[in-house]
Amino acid sequence: MSRELAHLSDEALVALAARSEQSALAELYDRFGRPAYGLALRILRDESLAEDAVQDAFLAVWRTAPRFLPERGKASTWILTLVHRRAVDLVRREERRRTDALDPETEPGDRSPPVDEEAWLRLQRERVQGALRQLPDQQREAIELAYYGGFTQSELAERLGQPLGTIKSRMFLGLGRLRELLGDPGLEMSWTSTT
Amino acid sequence: MDVHDLTAAYALDALDADEREQFEAHLAQCERCRGELATLGEATTALALAVPAPVPPARLRSRILDAAAAERANVVPLPMRRVWLTRATAAAASVAACAAIGLGVWATTLSNDLATQKALNAQTERATQILLDPSSQKTNLRGGQGMVAVDATGRGVLVVDRLTAAPQGKTYEAWVIPPGGEPQRAGLFKGGGSMTMVPLEGSVPAGAVVAATVERSGGVSKPTATPIFSAQT
Repeated sequence: MSRELAHLSDEALVALAARSEQSALAELYDRFGRPAYGLALRILRDESLAEDAVQDAFLAVWRTAPRFLPERGKASTWILTLVHRRAVDLVRREERRRTDALDPETEPGDRSPPVDEEAWLRLQRERVQGALRQLPDQQREAIELAYYGGFTQSELAERLGQPLGTIKSRMFLGLGRLRELLGDPGLEMSWTSTT
Repeated sequence: MDVHDLTAAYALDALDADEREQFEAHLAQCERCRGELATLGEATTALALAVPAPVPPARLRSRILDAAAAERANVVPLPMRRVWLTRATAAAASVAACAAIGLGVWATTLSNDLATQKALNAQTERATQILLDPSSQKTNLRGGQGMVAVDATGRGVLVVDRLTAAPQGKTYEAWVIPPGGEPQRAGLFKGGGSMTMVPLEGSVPAGAVVAATVERSGGVSKPTATPIFSAQT
């Protein structure tokens, strides 16, 4: 598969997609399709729903690329946010959300990916999981249930038997702390896929 | 906690639909929250990367790209539909103005390959001349938004507004059907832009019907499908 746009930044690709350049959308998918699918699958626990969420998200990228503002954040963040939003909306509709903790053993539907990409993704995963483990339990729990479980803050308050304000604080402090723990470097989302 | 501190819940998508809407309204006016969200966004990206990432099925990629191709091109910030709604009796000048806008948009969606560009320029020039010519006869399409313009010498151009891109492996094919005659091939086009202009090959005799069908890529010598739109000149 030719990757003639492989040298462009994510943001440049979004700008091209905004001009209806289909190859730019293809390149964005080649960069983010896999983490996008992994995220959707983690939330939805269903391969066909995960595909739907990823498709919706990438079509949202296609439609709304002209409105993407690089000064508001990275393209990678924007795309994964769209994926997460779609998956959460779907899981709330499907009442399918799962609450089990992050389990590194579960890799549903794994299709033995290329080694270099696999190594890169595993490194990122270990790094973030390491940071998550350093959070106080209650903060980690609130973040995981919200982000991977698709629960709203009110549902979390009810489920955990805590006032809403407490839940808000746990998410706020936990996410802030997570950001500090991760620091900035190494989060750059670019690798060369061989798929 | 005040409304500002909802940034974390928003970044985690932990707001329900109403809360989300309210917070987005707030976000539009609050510089501080936008900045906060930008920094938290990187933490949520990290969370997205913390889960196992199996390779998605290959069909997902083609599904997405096909669906994107099937949607109308997203470069449509121009209020052209309004022009078309009143187009029946519009003056040639307004047609020319909107054609010029449309061509600009159209050109950006094409490759910058020089030969393509040259052919495109010749085509657009010809099409524009016909549209600009006040003596050209203009007929609205039936079954689609757009028109056919034919000048006094019988040169014609088909203009279609917001035509969905032809499906993969397919093309649109234009036909000129002289009164009492067989359909003549008049050009292939792909659609997908905010406006598609097709200079018609051959001439358009008085009273001819101009029509378009969806055919396999490369076109066919006789139409195999019912026209998706047509105009009786």
